[in-house]
Amino acid sequence: MPQVTLTVNGKTASVEVEGRTLLVEVLRDKLGLTGTHVGCDTSQCGACVVHVDGKAVKSCTMLALQANGSSVTTIEGLAAADGTLHPMQEAFRENHALQCGFCTPGMVMSAIDIVTTHPQGLTEAEIRHLLEGNLCRCTGYHNIVKAVAAAWPVMHGKEAVAAE
Amino acid sequence: MNAPFEGIGASVRRKEDLRFISGRGHYVDDMNRPGQLHAVIKRSDRPHAKINSIDTSAALAAPGVVAVYTSTDLAAIGGLPCGWQIHSKDGSPMAEPKHPVLAEGKVRHVGDPIAVVIAATKQQAKDAAELLHIELEDLPSAASILDAIASGAAQVHDNAPGNICYDWHIGDKAGMEAAFAQAHRVITLDLTNNRLVPNAMEPRAALGDYDSSTGDYTLYTTSQNPHVIRLLMGAFVLGLPEHKLRVVAPDVGGGFGSKIYHYAEEAIVTWAAGKLGRPVKWTADRSESFMSDAHGRDHVSTAKMAVDKDGKFLAMHVDTLCNMGAYLSTFAPAVPTYLYATLLAGTYTTPVIYAEVKAVFTNTVPVDAYRGAGRPEATFLIERLVDAVAYDLGMDRVAIRLKNFIPRDAFPYQTPVALQYDSGDYFATLDAALKHADWAGFPARRAAAAAKGKLRGIGISTYLEACGIAPSKVVGSLGARAGLYEVANIRVHPTGSVTVFTGTHSHGQGHETTLAQLVVEQLGIPIANVDVVHGDTAKIPFGMGTYGSRSLAVGGSAMVKAMDKIVLKGRKIAAHLLETDVDDIEFKDGKFTVAGTDRSKSFGEIALTAYVPHNYPIEELEPGLDETAFYDPKNFTFPGGCHVCEVEIDPATGIPTIVNFVAVDDVGRVVNPMIVEGQVQGGIAQGIGQALYESAIYDAQGQLLSGSFMDYTMPRADNLPNITVATENTMCTHNPLGSKGCGEVGAIGSPPAVIGAIVDALKDYGVRHMNMPASPEKIWSIIQSRPAMAAE
Ligand code: FES
Ligand code: FES
Repeated sequence: MPQVTLTVNGKTASVEVEGRTLLVEVLRDKLGLTGTHVGCDTSQCGACVVHVDGKAVKSCTMLALQANGSSVTTIEGLAAADGTLHPMQEAFRENHALQCGFCTPGMVMSAIDIVTTHPQGLTEAEIRHLLEGNLCRCTGYHNIVKAVAAAWPVMHGKEAVAAE
Repeated sequence: MNAPFEGIGASVRRKEDLRFISGRGHYVDDMNRPGQLHAVIKRSDRPHAKINSIDTSAALAAPGVVAVYTSTDLAAIGGLPCGWQIHSKDGSPMAEPKHPVLAEGKVRHVGDPIAVVIAATKQQAKDAAELLHIELEDLPSAASILDAIASGAAQVHDNAPGNICYDWHIGDKAGMEAAFAQAHRVITLDLTNNRLVPNAMEPRAALGDYDSSTGDYTLYTTSQNPHVIRLLMGAFVLGLPEHKLRVVAPDVGGGFGSKIYHYAEEAIVTWAAGKLGRPVKWTADRSESFMSDAHGRDHVSTAKMAVDKDGKFLAMHVDTLCNMGAYLSTFAPAVPTYLYATLLAGTYTTPVIYAEVKAVFTNTVPVDAYRGAGRPEATFLIERLVDAVAYDLGMDRVAIRLKNFIPRDAFPYQTPVALQYDSGDYFATLDAALKHADWAGFPARRAAAAAKGKLRGIGISTYLEACGIAPSKVVGSLGARAGLYEVANIRVHPTGSVTVFTGTHSHGQGHETTLAQLVVEQLGIPIANVDVVHGDTAKIPFGMGTYGSRSLAVGGSAMVKAMDKIVLKGRKIAAHLLETDVDDIEFKDGKFTVAGTDRSKSFGEIALTAYVPHNYPIEELEPGLDETAFYDPKNFTFPGGCHVCEVEIDPATGIPTIVNFVAVDDVGRVVNPMIVEGQVQGGIAQGIGQALYESAIYDAQGQLLSGSFMDYTMPRADNLPNITVATENTMCTHNPLGSKGCGEVGAIGSPPAVIGAIVDALKDYGVRHMNMPASPEKIWSIIQSRPAMAAE
């Protein structure tokens, strides 16, 4: 069986996979990183979003072999070594942007990508549009949108420009 | 230094969040046991067929496969039980056909499980399931309610003639007929309530484990009520005594009702783990969820209101057909009867009500409670009927509601359909909602929209619902095969910290925080010193779980009772230590004080004394500080309120946009306002989903067309508005907290407000009512096919 080598949350991992093995299966089943979730089988829900070489990717939609040699960050790898949370994690907690928590890892990973790729600022409508690839059945998104807006200035070290 | 306020009324940030935001939640599919095998279920792809043969040989020979089971292997185990029995008008019990764990001889819906393949990996089990040779012979099917009741319809079950499960009624038929005969007018509305798929984001999963050294079974499952599953599966399906079966529902990723029920897969993995002596795990793919999780709603109704010339409601007649699907799910029969027809008075004084409900079997997935369960169906029917009355009489929609509201001073109010409302103020919630939504300013906004070529409408819903299910004696007399009390064990540890063991279950509601706040309030200790444990039958006493917005009203009340016992015992210990009479001891802010003095003992000192009883009234009092209380509610609770929705439609595309949504609810005492607001927003998102987007669609044969997130429209961030949430609370009068419940109000109150707004936007096109979902296609077709009656 082929081998893939990845850097996951800063650590190198080398695992045997089948040609059809998905990145999310490597993360969850082989590396025990169960913070990344699977909510669908049609690439629609975003529960599985991780960062591959700094970009948000639905890990259910990428073969493990395609990720060979890349650097992957999962929800488990966001907080600093001393346990300090990422500003987006803080914003989710502070704004009650999660209920059951199942969509949360994918939501947080997507939200970070949305904020980092929009240094010029984000309107509420833009945040809603950009979150379109992530489903949440619990919150109605209201507080998720608030959390993303609240994290923007912290992540960019600026005054709030964002919605609300 | 002042301690932060963490008691009742504080928006404490959630204790559970840290693990969820850092990827350390513990959901069933995250668990793996040594030696674990994986199960894959082979399901029917036909709506109705005879199973002529199943050849398992190729599958059994496939790599990694350990076992393949079909119904013949399960001959010794029972069918899935139904927890509620309804009797028909004529007194006969409902038809209750067997619900086999794996299909026996026939399949009755797309998704009906036929066989299970168990292998070393999930992929191997999936591959092998493809090698099963199953010969199915198609039978004629009954895919919809109307197909199933037509004469000559295909029969789903031999022992349910005409596909009727029950033909039930409630209320005063003769009184209704008399009132109708004399009424100024009778307003009629035909309507449907669309079928929904709950779609909690975590797919169902189950992991069975067996310890051959003790004979103990453990089931880890995505459940809202692990004790209920232990009882149903242990006693009725597998024949396992409770003390040999542990059911754990750890972190659960949303439920909305769909994870109340006992499902076949739970029994399969538990049974197979015992048979194979190895743990067996099953996790649904989302497409399996669509065809095996219980669906919600699916009613076809005719509603009639008799009115006098001023629009006063005189009598109501409701005739409803509801879909049970192919088998009875655990609580299915109760939903369209006691959770629906008993709510038909709504917030109004309608003096006579008669409702008939026929439950129908079809070749579709079983239907059961989904967020709101019966009350959204009742609310949609009442509120749409009230709007139709206003429309037909040319009356204002607010005025007709004010004319018919139950007055403030009429509580307790006995409805003609069995319920007695303890408290409420529908005028207050209406008033506040109209202000927040600037109802008065709407005509100007409508004109402004028209000037831009847009159609604007506003809708209102003044709803009521029943929560806090429920007094055991009452539900028992109505056919429930369970009691519906709740239990709490409050364990005070020797140094004064507290663990709460609750029979309720949190799958997103935030109980670890809200319930801890009750302890802060009553025992005066910081929230950091309180943990809430739920979801494990080996730890918690026998409780009924979480649904029907009951956790605080019923489970919280059990906690209050248990803490009353803690405080009383603490006062006795304090009286001994302080050498005074127990009546002289007051307990406040975590201190036991001799009244009128500064002599006191802290909560921690009393706890330590209870566990190190050297100086202790040992003759009269047992050591320890650990109390349990069961609370059986005296009545349902009755949240209610007013939702106002404003929409703008682009006539070129028919796409409606919600431009404003206001909810003012009466949920009784609020413990954590932040959490309540989140619950209401989430409920409204599901209500808007039902009103505008969601619909489970079967074709004429019973093939599920909307079987994935590509075909079933889940509301996404960009099709929902910001939602203004406020409360105007009156207290529940019969539970110690005064809380009513907030988990379902959003899903119940919102759909008629949304549809009311769409209909209002289209009023110039002669639209009086529209069934859900109000899709752009439906709206566009109306705009295209009819000339506007009056230009603005
Ligand atoms: S699991 Fe749903 S998009 Fe990846
Ligand atoms: S918090 Fe439950 S799905 Fe988003």
